[in-house]
Amino acid sequence: MSLSGLLLLQQFVLVLAALVLFTSFVLLAQARLVSAIHAFAWQGALVAAVTTVVAVTGKSHHLYFSALLTLALKALLIPWMLHRLTRRLALERHVEAVWRPALTIMAAVGLVIFSYWLVLPMVQQELTFTRNVVAISLAVVLIGLLMMVFRQQAVIQVLGFMSMENGLFLAAVSATAGMPLVVELGVAFDVLVAMVLFGVFFFQIRESIDSLDVDQLNRLTESVGEDE
Amino acid sequence: MDHLLTAATWGLALLQALLYAALGPLLVGWVRKVKAVLQNRRGAPVLQPYRDLRKLLMKEARVAHTASPLFRAAPYIVFSATWLAAATVPLVAVSLPTAAIADIIALVGLLALARFFLALAGMDVGTAFGGMGASREMLVSALAEPAMLMAVFTLAMTAHSTNLASVVDYHLTTTVVLRPSFLFALGGLILVAIAETGRIPVDNPATHLELTMIHEAMLLEYSGRHLALMEWAAQIKLVLYGALIANVFFPWGIAYNLAPAALGLGFVAIVGKLLILGAALAIGETVLAKMRLFRAPAFLNLALLMSLLGLLSHVILEVGT
Repeated sequence: MSLSGLLLLQQFVLVLAALVLFTSFVLLAQARLVSAIHAFAWQGALVAAVTTVVAVTGKSHHLYFSALLTLALKALLIPWMLHRLTRRLALERHVEAVWRPALTIMAAVGLVIFSYWLVLPMVQQELTFTRNVVAISLAVVLIGLLMMVFRQQAVIQVLGFMSMENGLFLAAVSATAGMPLVVELGVAFDVLVAMVLFGVFFFQIRESIDSLDVDQLNRLTESVGEDE
Repeated sequence: MDHLLTAATWGLALLQALLYAALGPLLVGWVRKVKAVLQNRRGAPVLQPYRDLRKLLMKEARVAHTASPLFRAAPYIVFSATWLAAATVPLVAVSLPTAAIADIIALVGLLALARFFLALAGMDVGTAFGGMGASREMLVSALAEPAMLMAVFTLAMTAHSTNLASVVDYHLTTTVVLRPSFLFALGGLILVAIAETGRIPVDNPATHLELTMIHEAMLLEYSGRHLALMEWAAQIKLVLYGALIANVFFPWGIAYNLAPAALGLGFVAIVGKLLILGAALAIGETVLAKMRLFRAPAFLNLALLMSLLGLLSHVILEVGT
């Protein structure tokens, strides 16, 4: 059995990665907006924890910095910004009806199996002990995408987008022991700027359609003509 | 195993089965006591369930006019099926013949048999509550059973056996390995156990409020020794799930050979583990509120999801070449 050949810390990485996948499922099925933001913060903290443990076991010191950056940005700053946004948009008690939760979750399980199948040739190359985590991170990316497709609420869609970014980061850490620092910094600031822009967009969307349900953007509003 | 006297091992197996029956009321009494203390009540003594059972067993059993023979037979069937299921779960010692003759799938089957007769008995007299309770019980169990089987398969895939004794054996003989799949299987199994034993947040064992009860609704027509057997079966089931969780996921301390010292240690270990689990259950029941019946499918979906993730993470993370 390959698992018992690993160090305890390396086994711990796998447990943390599995928990990241679980938070992805929680995000997907969470109807309450504030709880979804909490789940996202936990996912960021877990990704940071994975990075730290990989850094400890692989003795790659630049990963400490990425872990710190992830923790500060994904687990603290962005959830805090989203919290503030929901408070200002008066969405704290917002509960969105999830469309067929069981079916959505089964679709996500299908995506996990698909990403496992996709990564299988890579796993057989026997690169590092984290090679199995690549399938998990791909699944996290795909589930984030699924979330953006299935959920109608704009803030939740942003959470899906951000969790996709989490998945990409996890893939980078697990496949190649992290990206170069410059790239990582660039991505981090991109995400931060995206977050600020999303905040502005939320206010714009709400002002023009009085709701954050993006499904209403599909409807033509010419005939209503109330705001003219 | 071969060189031991089979009569002695069978005797021990019988003793262990008797221990299940003896521990059942104690665990329930303990959970009630902890709950009472947490709610700032003094509560009944821990031994109160024994007294209740004795009183019920001495009372005359009354049966409704419309009851069929099935109604009278059901308590005995439910009790013996549950007890037999409990006998296959290692409690004190791991290498007993009862564990060798039945695996986890037989265990799930025996519990399903007990539940089937319980539901039939609930509908037999024809009262509204009995039928309602039976239909709810079937709803919960139909959703809980796949989750339980998935969790069990996760264990079986790791240990390469569906036999509980060999699963426990596998854990004790290999070095401690952190397995994400076990974490999820444990979570799934705990949720299933809560649903199947009818505890808060799925069912409230302490209430006879008509609209919310599941398990109690099926027992409303029973009295005397029939009721005692039904209650006792439910208590044994609680110990069964406790022992399943404690011994499969935390098997340390269980008797590996049949020496008296090892058996004594195994007994102390399982009682300690059950006390901890019972206290945790009581705390959970105090913190959580019972949810609406129509939320139960979501709760059990979570259990199924956890078991499924356990299975997937076993395949993805643990097998990989």
